[in-house]
Formats: sequence, C-alpha cells, structure tokens
Amino acid sequence: MGINFFKNCISIIFIILIYRALFQFNRMKSIPKIKTGINGLDEITEGGLPEGRPTLVCGGPGCGKTLLAMEFVVKGAALYNEPGVFMAFEEKAEELTANVASLGFDLEKLQKNKMLRLDYVQIERSEIEETGEYDLEGLFIRLEHAINSIGAKRVVLDTIENLFAGLTNQGIIRAELRRLFRWLKDRELTTIVTGERGEGTLTRHGLEEYVSDCVILLDHRIIDQISTRRLRIVKYRGSIHGTNEYPFLIDEEGITVLPVTSLKLDKNVSSQRISTGIPSLDEMFGGKGFFRASSILVSGSAGTGKTSVASSFADATCRRKEKCIFFAFEESPQQIIRNMRSIGLNLDQYVRKKLLEFHSFRPGLYGLEMHLASMYKLVKKFKPQTVILDPITNLVSVGLLNEVNSMLLRLVDYLQTEGITLMLTALNSGTTEHIDENVSSLVDVWLLVKEVESNGERNRALYIMKSRGMKHSKEVREFIISSKGLEIVEVYRGQEGVLTGSAREAKQREAISARRNGRGQFKKTVKKTK
Amino acid sequence: MAKQEKTWELRLYVAGKTPKSVAALNNLKKYCETHLKGIYRIEVIDLLVQPQLAEGDQIFAIPTLVRKVPEPIRKIIGDLSNEEKVLVGLNIRPVKQ
Repeated sequence: MGINFFKNCISIIFIILIYRALFQFNRMKSIPKIKTGINGLDEITEGGLPEGRPTLVCGGPGCGKTLLAMEFVVKGAALYNEPGVFMAFEEKAEELTANVASLGFDLEKLQKNKMLRLDYVQIERSEIEETGEYDLEGLFIRLEHAINSIGAKRVVLDTIENLFAGLTNQGIIRAELRRLFRWLKDRELTTIVTGERGEGTLTRHGLEEYVSDCVILLDHRIIDQISTRRLRIVKYRGSIHGTNEYPFLIDEEGITVLPVTSLKLDKNVSSQRISTGIPSLDEMFGGKGFFRASSILVSGSAGTGKTSVASSFADATCRRKEKCIFFAFEESPQQIIRNMRSIGLNLDQYVRKKLLEFHSFRPGLYGLEMHLASMYKLVKKFKPQTVILDPITNLVSVGLLNEVNSMLLRLVDYLQTEGITLMLTALNSGTTEHIDENVSSLVDVWLLVKEVESNGERNRALYIMKSRGMKHSKEVREFIISSKGLEIVEVYRGQEGVLTGSAREAKQREAISARRNGRGQFKKTVKKTK
Repeated sequence: MAKQEKTWELRLYVAGKTPKSVAALNNLKKYCETHLKGIYRIEVIDLLVQPQLAEGDQIFAIPTLVRKVPEPIRKIIGDLSNEEKVLVGLNIRPVKQ
C-alpha cells in the first residue's frame, strides 16, 4: 500500500509538471517572423517564415518550389526592402531570369538596383575529379561574398541537394551542410532551402535533418485527370500555423495560397435588407427582400427559371449602383445577356458600366480547388457586393458531392465575412443526388421552384423552403416568366384545389365577373359552400 | 611531344593556409616538378583575399585545382594526395622513372 501511495504521488507530480509546462508554452510569445509577401502564405503561417532561420520547401518535380523561393526573394526586395541572394544549383541565372519574367518579375532590374543577386553554382560531375580531403569552403565564400555585396537579409538555396549528385563523398557533404545551416543561422539570414521529395521521405537526401524550424511541403496531385496544387506546413517550430492542405495556384501574378477555411462562426452580420429584383418576391419576404451578406439558394428542376431569378437579382444589384460578379458554368455571357433580354432585363448596360462582370467557365476546366481559387481571386479584385453561381450542380461533375460541399462552405464563409451576398442556383432532378439538400444547411434562404403539371399545361410554382431570421410567406405561389420580367402571383385556392396557369386565370376571371354581376349572388354561393 | 611544349597553366584555389591547402600545394608542386618540369606555371588564389574570383571558375570546394591550359578545363578537388588520380585527372603523361 505504501508503494501504491508513492506511485500515486509521483504521477500527480508529473501531471502538475506537464500542466505547468503547457501553460508556459501557451504564454510563450510567438517567434519573430518575416513576411514572404506571397498571397495567403503569410496568413496560414500566422505572419510569415521564421526570421533568421532556414525553412525547407520540398515537393516533387514541377510543384513550384523554385517559384515559391524566387517569389520570397523578389517580394522581399520589392515590398519589404530586404535584399536577397538566390543561389541556384539547377538553373543558370539567364534561364531563371527568363523563366520568371513571365510572372512579372524583372530580375535584371532588381540586380541592377542591388536588391537581388543571382549566383549559379555549376556542379558538373564529368569535369570534376576528387582526391583526398576537401571541404565546401568555396561555397561559403561565394555565399558570403554575395550576401555582403548587397547586404542580403534573405537567402535561397535551390536545390542544394544537387551537391549529392555532383560529389561522391557523402560524409563531407553532410558535415558541410550541417555547418552551412549553422552558419546561416549565426548570421540570422532567413533562408529557404528547396529539396526534391524522396520516396517516403520529405527530401531525397534527408535535408529535413538539418532544417528543423519550418518545413513546407508542396504537392501536385491529379485526381480524375484534374490537377490541383496543394501546400501544407508540415512543421513550424515555436509557432501556431494552419495544418490543413491548402490549395494554391500559379498564374501570371505568381503564387496564391488560399487560406479560405476560416471555420470560425463569428462573422459580422448585417441586418440591412436588399431587394431580390422581383417586387412580388420581396413581398414574400415581408416586402423587404434578403438580408445583405446572406446566402441564397434557388433550386428547381430544369427550365424553371433559376437563371432568370439570378439575373433579376444581378439586375437589382446593379440598379443600386453596386457591383456583381456572375459565375456561369453552363452558358456563355453573351448567351445569358441575350436570353435575359427576353424577360426585359438589359444586363449589357451594366457590363459596359463595369458594374457587372460575367465569368463563364466549364466546370471540367480545372479542379474544384482551382475553381474556388480563381473565384476567390476575381472576387478580391472586383470587390462586388453580390456574387452569383449558376449553377453549382455542374461542379459535381468535377468533384465528389462532399468535396463540392466543403468548397461551397468555404466560399459562403469567405463571402459572408466580406459582406457579400451570394446567390447559388442548383438543379434538382433525381440524378444529381439532391445537391440542394446538402447545400441547404449552408444557406440562409432557400427558394424552391417546382413544376406543376395539370390540365395539360406546365406551370411553375415557387415557395420559400427556409429563410433564417426573416418573416416570410409560407404559401406556394405561381411563378410567371413573361417579357416584362418575373412575377410571382398568388395561386387560386378554391373548391377545385390549388389552381395555376390558365385554370387560375379562368377562375379569377370568373370570380371577378361574378363580383361584377351581383354581389348578392356571389355571397349566396359562398354561404352555400360553407 | 609538340603538344606538351605549351606551358601548363594550373590554378589552385585555397582559403587561407589550412592544412589541406598546404598539403595540396606541396603535392602539386611535387608532381609538376616530376612530370612537367619547366613547362608549368602554378597560380595560387586565396579566396579569403579575393572572394569574387570564386564565381568565375565555379569553385565550391576547397582546395580546387583548375587546369586552364591546355584546354579543356579540368578540375580536381581535394588535397591531391593520390598521385595517380591527379595525373589521370589532369591528363598528364607520367615520366617513367
């Protein structure tokens, strides 16, 4: 029993010690960081790369390592006034300059202004003979000379692993690499080291052994013939960071990482109401329309006028002199503009006034993440008040349903934090696994357009499935598309049940004429039915 | 033998007077005296004094011996302790003793 008591005491002391350690760790201030200037990367690293320490960027061939490293140096020079040295082991200086010129980086100018220094280290195995002891002091001297000549704060070594291919004595290389990283740390240089990904390891020659502060993994994956680039921070010592895989894209402006998943539900909400663009629909929402920065889903079967509802909303946005982006996955902008003219909407004028922007792309053009990324970028650039996606159903052809959901969730989330109203349209027929039901939890308002077939004609019925925080009509109404625009009228409810279309019109005419002919008679019939 | 009439230009890159550099220079002198007597010139470049010269000859290891003439350029890194390797590397026909 005495031993047991002793054991308990020890375990309690241990627990207390662990708690204290954790507590102190939490209170520890985050390590100093410097910004990379790469869109989105500074957000997921909570401020950038560790200052004065090396960071390893690894990944397979063609995943964007060199570009990321180059952007780090170029942006450092251009935005933060921090000169940088780029030591290339793979590409010649001229090749590098030419390769990144297409991304808008003018390396020659930066070199002339002494903000950048490129040094190409050529290691040609066929020219080199090894005999006896040596070290890599020459590399150190070159690096130091380059650093001192411009007062560099940032250094890139791309890809230092080439040393392993060029030299045979691995023992010397390893010892010298260890010395190199210590040397860089002692000089407080923020360094990016790139490394090719190996089988089952982060880098082919185990560079992660030497760089232990921050490791970023880049990946280029192809699923169903659609490629997506992803970035993940494998480790970041002494700092919190996003741990997910983040999609990133490379375009004419360089790298953009998308840290869109901020799944905190703490955004500002607006109680301002905006018109739907259809007066009678506004009426169904207590005469005021949607909340600003809410998300609206319009779903229905084929040909029920979803795009028309979306276009009316776009029209209303532009009429308020606000901006709108229309992402079309089915039709080209010209097609939409032409088709909407038939319901009396002249969207062309807003395009010319730069209030409305159309972006049409086929869903299969690239992966979901890329879609999200490009939409995110366009939204950021155009700064609209309203975004329309027409229709989201087509995205299912690119990704799995839950992937589409998570993508939409991120989009909804992002737009809401930015105060942008989002309208989605979705096709619901038996074959699409009811995307609308899956999405409905994300949206604030769900409008359903249904087809009603009776008496040999098809009519459209519209109702509000849900509407968060708003008083709304619970009736099924008839939805009419005419050359004057969209209109929502009350259906006829009578003895014959709910009537729509021409039957409703006939009944209404009957009722009106009955009223005109004699009120008494009409009243009598009413009494009779009672 | 006309080809070898030309003077051999050898350049040895070092960084300060380290044991490896001293060994390399001594070894080199010895080989040259034996096999290239009278037709060689050795230039020693200390990168601690002239760091800007490292880039031109693509130096990353120390010590490095560069054969500038006759062409093509050849490089040998290390303290040159293995005579046979150095001779093969520089393509010197050894004088039979």
